[in-house]
Amino acid sequence: MTAHPDHDHDQGSELGEMQLRVRALETILTEKGYVEPAVLDRIVEAFETRIGPRIGGRIVARAWSDPEFKRRLLEDATAAVNSEGHSSPVGSHLIAVENTPDVHNMVVCTLCSCYPWEVLGLPPVWYKSAPYRSRAVRDPKGVLAEFGVTLPPETAIRVWDSTAETRFMVLPMRPDGTGGWSAEQLAVLVTRDSMVGTGLALPASEAVR
Amino acid sequence: MNSVHDMGGMDGFGPVRPEPNEPPFHAQWEGRVLALQRAMGYAGGWTIDQSRASLEAMDPIVYLSSSYYKKWLIALEHRIRARGLVDADELAAGRSLRAGKKLDRKYSLTNVAAMKRGEFARPATAEPRFAPGDRVRTRNLNPHTHTRLPRYARDKSGTVEAIRGCHVYPDSAAIGAGENPQWLYTVAFPARELWGDDADPSITISIEAFEPYLKPA
Repeated sequence: MTAHPDHDHDQGSELGEMQLRVRALETILTEKGYVEPAVLDRIVEAFETRIGPRIGGRIVARAWSDPEFKRRLLEDATAAVNSEGHSSPVGSHLIAVENTPDVHNMVVCTLCSCYPWEVLGLPPVWYKSAPYRSRAVRDPKGVLAEFGVTLPPETAIRVWDSTAETRFMVLPMRPDGTGGWSAEQLAVLVTRDSMVGTGLALPASEAVR
Repeated sequence: MNSVHDMGGMDGFGPVRPEPNEPPFHAQWEGRVLALQRAMGYAGGWTIDQSRASLEAMDPIVYLSSSYYKKWLIALEHRIRARGLVDADELAAGRSLRAGKKLDRKYSLTNVAAMKRGEFARPATAEPRFAPGDRVRTRNLNPHTHTRLPRYARDKSGTVEAIRGCHVYPDSAAIGAGENPQWLYTVAFPARELWGDDADPSITISIEAFEPYLKPA
């Protein structure tokens, strides 16, 4: 199997077993007329190519560049994002929370894996893992340290546990030294982790202008 | 349900290990499981809360030792058997042994193109009991069935920050007792309320709490 962190995983020979088991299930469900393989192909393809954190990155960059859009995003993220006409529509109950020098936001789902997939794509393995789900609400600073993030001592931390169908994305702080940049240039600085709150936006020096 | 899925605050799982340049799927079958889950959930008409309840009902040792998509597969197999859509002998044989049941819906290419999250807001039948700024206390609820009130936030005092609308109530929907819509609130707790006096005073944690989880403080 492909490289995989040594947690929450399947061991060696299980890959073959899982591949066979899933293939058998798909065969049964197809023969019974419940699903169509061509439709399944397109679902997988959507998550591999179309739906990912670039969507969220464009939203953040737009909010950094356009105060009126930012105001609408923080007021009703679903409506603001859908008004932009992104490649895929966003369902209800999306909430954007803004990082400032005073507060850093971080998102978790302690009960399962709730994640704003329409704007960030599928959650990474670490987000769904026991270490993150157990510790994000109890030791967020320790978790941030494992991501290499240290916040100024005066910055408070707010953790959002996604225990219902509301979904949270973090609006990270705009990096210094990006005055006058276009939304396209800014979007390059917006990482997935910065929109979950386990990272910060990249510094201006990381971008090729 | 007080099962191992309710992980907030537990010790012993070790550090978080971010994976650089992580792919959407680590094996081909993971993508197929995601697609099957989505297509069968639509065709079979079960709700997100019923799917979650299937995962939570899993043997805790299997839950903790299985990868994410393996858990999904086990829960999906369980659910289609429970619904009589597929029989155990067919899963063992790896092929269909009898005709499928007639289902009202089938996930199509049109569904893929319009793929987005469901709508969970419902018309309210009563005014919300709480308002932003209200002090509330979570109830000490320990149902043996599905709930979205995590253990770490039970019987704790917090502050209502926002009303999120009136939503399908997972505790009812998961057990087939209807949508029973309830007001949903963001309720914030200082870390010290949840974890004791040693906790960092600069940390605040919020949950999304349905009205039946709350009482006035």
